[in-house]
This record gives sequence, structure tokens and C-alpha cells, in this order.
Amino acid sequence: MPTLHTINKSPFERSSFASALNHLLPGDALLMIEDGVVGARKSSAFAGRLEAAAKTCRVYVLGPDLAARGIAEKDVVAGATLVDYGGFVDLVTGHDRTQAWL
Amino acid sequence: MELKLGILVNEGPYTHQASDTAYHFTKAALEKGHEIFRVFFYHDGVNNGTRFTVPPQDDRNLQKAWSELAAKAKLDLVVCIAAAQRRGILDTGEAKRHGKDSDNLAPGFRISGLGQLVEAGIVADRLVTFGD
Repeated sequence: MPTLHTINKSPFERSSFASALNHLLPGDALLMIEDGVVGARKSSAFAGRLEAAAKTCRVYVLGPDLAARGIAEKDVVAGATLVDYGGFVDLVTGHDRTQAWL
Repeated sequence: MELKLGILVNEGPYTHQASDTAYHFTKAALEKGHEIFRVFFYHDGVNNGTRFTVPPQDDRNLQKAWSELAAKAKLDLVVCIAAAQRRGILDTGEAKRHGKDSDNLAPGFRISGLGQLVEAGIVADRLVTFGD
């Protein structure tokens, strides 16, 4: 029963991102949206935690939100996949439920 | 496979980005052939349902965008009544009942209760929350 977790806050702003990572089960998917995409930046103080999560879960980033914040695709952590809004919809329908970490 | 989706919007159009994301998500889901069972506006999300906003012409007008999408796709846009009354979002009936001189509920929206959210949670295949 895999769950899609959406995260919309930077890990440097609130603890919801870290909390979400603590609740991920193997096979779940994580989608960073809005300010959450800041967490996808490689070499940040948070990147190690996300890379560790990417070993057991699939990790996605909403491309338009990444672009809006000036983060280039090449600066995203390894193992994260870029999706557009259509990809967001596919992730929602492809999982049993969506948990929004607000 | 086409699914039935419920959307919950807990944030106003100028708080952060949740309403924008919900709008783009809803549009993308419709384009993929999914059914949007209902969009429920709760808490500050009810501020998406006023027709009195006049943002600058070169700015996006999210309230209008929701109304237009509702007309095009026959969306059921529901505003929570308790949240709406606290924030001054009134339809004709509520404005009259409370002795107000005008109403401001935007076209395509309707005011109802939390039961509509519960129903969306039960009937829709997925309920997706957007908030702050």
C-alpha cells in the first residue's frame, strides 16, 4: 500500500521535511513541491538525508517549482526525478493515497 | 485508468503557493481525463471564492481562474460556510440573513458545510490536500 508524500516547505524553514523522511516506508514515493524543492539541491546540509531516503523510496521534484526558484536540473541530488504537473497527477493516481506534509 | 479525485485547498491565493499548485494540478488532472469530484475550500482557502478581488492586470487572477475552470469543466467548487463567514465570504442568501449590504461569492462557487469534504473523502478515489 504505497503512499505518495508531498512536501511543500524547505527543510531549512520547517521540520516537516525531516518529519516526512522519518515516516517514509520502503516503496513509498516522495514529491517535493513549492518551497520543498529547495531540499532537492545537492551538496546542501540536508542532501545526505534525502539521498539516504532515495535508496528505499522514489524521489521526485516538481520541475516548474524548481525552475521558479532558479535551481538548475544539474544541481539536483542524484536519484531524484523531475516531473511536471501531469507527472504529479500520475503519482497521485499511481499510489494508494497522498499524504501532504504541510 | 481514469480516477475520481477530490481536492482540498486550505490556503488563500496570496498566502503562499498552495492555491496555485491546486489549480495547476486540477487542470492537469482534467487534461488527463480524470474526474474532479469536488474542490473543497477550507480555512483561508475560502478567500479563493470572492469575486471582489482586483489584482493588477499583469498579475494572475486566481479567483477568476478557478471560476473559469469551473465553468469549463463543470467543477463543484465548495466553500466551507463557517470558514467563509469568519472571513466575509457571503452568497446572496447569507448576506441577506446577516443584514450585509452586498454578497461576494464568485461565480461557480457554492457555500456548504464540512459534510461535503467528508463526502469527497469517501466518494473520491484520492483526496489531495494543498495548504501551508
